[in-house]
Amino acid sequence: MQRRNRLKALVLTTLLGVLVLACAPAGGLRPAPPGQEAGGRTLTGAGSTFIYPIAAKWFDVYAQKTGVRINYQSIGSGGGIRQLLDRTVDFGASDAPMTDEQLAQAPGKILHIPMVLGAVVVSYNLPGLDGSLRLSPDTLAGIYLGEIRRWTDPRIAAENPGLKLPDMPIAVVYRSDGSGTTYVFTDYLSAVSPAWKSRVGRGTSVSWPVGIGAKGNEGVTGQVKQTAGAVGYVELTYAIQNRLPYALLRNRDGNYVEPSLTNITAAAAGAAASMPEDLRVSIVNAPGPNSYPISAFTYILAYQEQPDQARGRALAEFLLWALDEGQKYAPDLHYAPLPDEVRARARARVKMMTYQGKPLLEN
Amino acid sequence: MAVPGITRRPITKSQLADGLFGLLVGLLGLGVLGLAVAIGINLASGAGPALGRFGPVFFSRSVWDPVREEFGALPFIYGTLATSFLALLLGAPVALATAVFLAELAPRWLRGPVSYLVELLAAIPSVVYGLWGLFVLAPLLRAAIEPALGGWLGSVPLFQGPFYGVGIFTGGIILAIMVIPTIAAVSRDVIRAVPADQREAMLALGATRWETIRLAVLPAARSGIIGAVLLGLGRALGETMAVTMVIGNRPEIPASIFAPGYTMAAVIANEFTEATSDLHLSALFGIGLGLFLLTLLVNILARLLVWRVAWGPVGGE
Repeated sequence: MQRRNRLKALVLTTLLGVLVLACAPAGGLRPAPPGQEAGGRTLTGAGSTFIYPIAAKWFDVYAQKTGVRINYQSIGSGGGIRQLLDRTVDFGASDAPMTDEQLAQAPGKILHIPMVLGAVVVSYNLPGLDGSLRLSPDTLAGIYLGEIRRWTDPRIAAENPGLKLPDMPIAVVYRSDGSGTTYVFTDYLSAVSPAWKSRVGRGTSVSWPVGIGAKGNEGVTGQVKQTAGAVGYVELTYAIQNRLPYALLRNRDGNYVEPSLTNITAAAAGAAASMPEDLRVSIVNAPGPNSYPISAFTYILAYQEQPDQARGRALAEFLLWALDEGQKYAPDLHYAPLPDEVRARARARVKMMTYQGKPLLEN
Repeated sequence: MAVPGITRRPITKSQLADGLFGLLVGLLGLGVLGLAVAIGINLASGAGPALGRFGPVFFSRSVWDPVREEFGALPFIYGTLATSFLALLLGAPVALATAVFLAELAPRWLRGPVSYLVELLAAIPSVVYGLWGLFVLAPLLRAAIEPALGGWLGSVPLFQGPFYGVGIFTGGIILAIMVIPTIAAVSRDVIRAVPADQREAMLALGATRWETIRLAVLPAARSGIIGAVLLGLGRALGETMAVTMVIGNRPEIPASIFAPGYTMAAVIANEFTEATSDLHLSALFGIGLGLFLLTLLVNILARLLVWRVAWGPVGGE
């Protein structure tokens, strides 16, 4: 009896040992290299969470159409850029263009291809307010700098002559998790306010002069909805889906505009004339009568020189499709499609992609 | 274990089995230790650039500005300790009372369901706690509880407004709720393990129920209860999601517990994915290293405490 038990124990422990040993070397931290299966028919990407809803739609439709499957991890723009620099993915996606420093780290030339447009809206909770709040760049910066602390401040009143603003303190809410939304918002404040630029600056996380940090769009929304007198900023998509009130912002041409898809596309069109050749550009505070001032491109990032012909070609074809037919899915998902002039320039960038120096796509 | 030198007798099957078993268990045991060491080394090497830039002062600076690449860990250390302390202060008595009730006082038919419900609390995902904290607890605190406490104790800076509803106090309450099941479940088992003779002897001497629990049961279970509290503390120190949703996420050291703060785990979760500069990432590794060391330190201190208590006089001697 005892012998049998010992034997059983021996067999069990050996099995366990083998199991542990077998598991140990396989569990590396690095993600697997881009899948080679089916002759490069599966592409991998990583990055922006903002682009994910429309990207998922694109990947789904495109896989049904062509059989090319795209596996995308929405881990955040920073992570996407890192993975692209490490060449563990075929493409990255980012809400902010890469910095010169990051580009210098890259092992090859990286192309920025704008895919769709997003915007950041300023939402608020002012009980009993009939009508939309209007804010100028200076007022908004003043609120986030902590210089304007009450809703009855004459600077706010001067812009909102018809509105009865409540006499309560302004509860500023910002996003605590690093995000493209925060980048775009602080990019805008830096563009319109020298004080903001010198004291705070732009980034995915910044040192906020005042306010409370809430996690994610849902956290900011929750905090704003519950706190009378609160003001916060969220992604347009999120604001539309949750029917949040939003402020009309005064744009560069002096008009108070609402964050509609057409006004966002207009901002991109307004900025198109002065876009640099590599398309790395901020379109906050863009010129144009209807331009919504806190708009931004979301980019897909890819190496110009592709290491694999079949995969590189599949990626380039997908990008062209997304820039063309793919754009029609944008409005339903509350993204603003690219204006035609930007689309043409983005297509030209895709056609620059090469394998061993030769273009991947004809013409 | 392994036989040194030349073996004189042929090895029997059972000797082989024992040897293999000993080796395997030894390896697995050391593996856990090795894992902890590896994590420490990994964190330290990741934190290298930030610690090299700022020196050990990194842990005592209170600036956190990713744009200007100025980093310091003190506000996060403070927030972690303050929320965890509050959690134990509020949670441990409730948990202990629950444990005593379940182990000693509850009628048999109630014991099962209540135990089950307490354990169920531990199974709720922390993001659910966080959302509940944000949408239910925070408004309640802002509208009623914080102003009341502020009015009553407002002369102490610790309890002064403004009342945001989110902040260190809210984080502490959420953590208190989260540590209760851990502390209660372990304490209950420990209290049950106290030999029945002790209680019977006490009762035979004419003690009341309360005296029996206070003088015969709790002292005997003391070290186990402290162990349970430590388990709870471990959970409170490392909890991330629920806390980050209700703490307000401001890297400051406020005078009032109603003001927003930040914890170490929360800042890592918030900023790690979008940390674009290498120094920022390294500073977050530094925070991780700090949390690792803090947990280690707290555990060692606690272990010492348990030893002291365990070796001290027990019961009514």
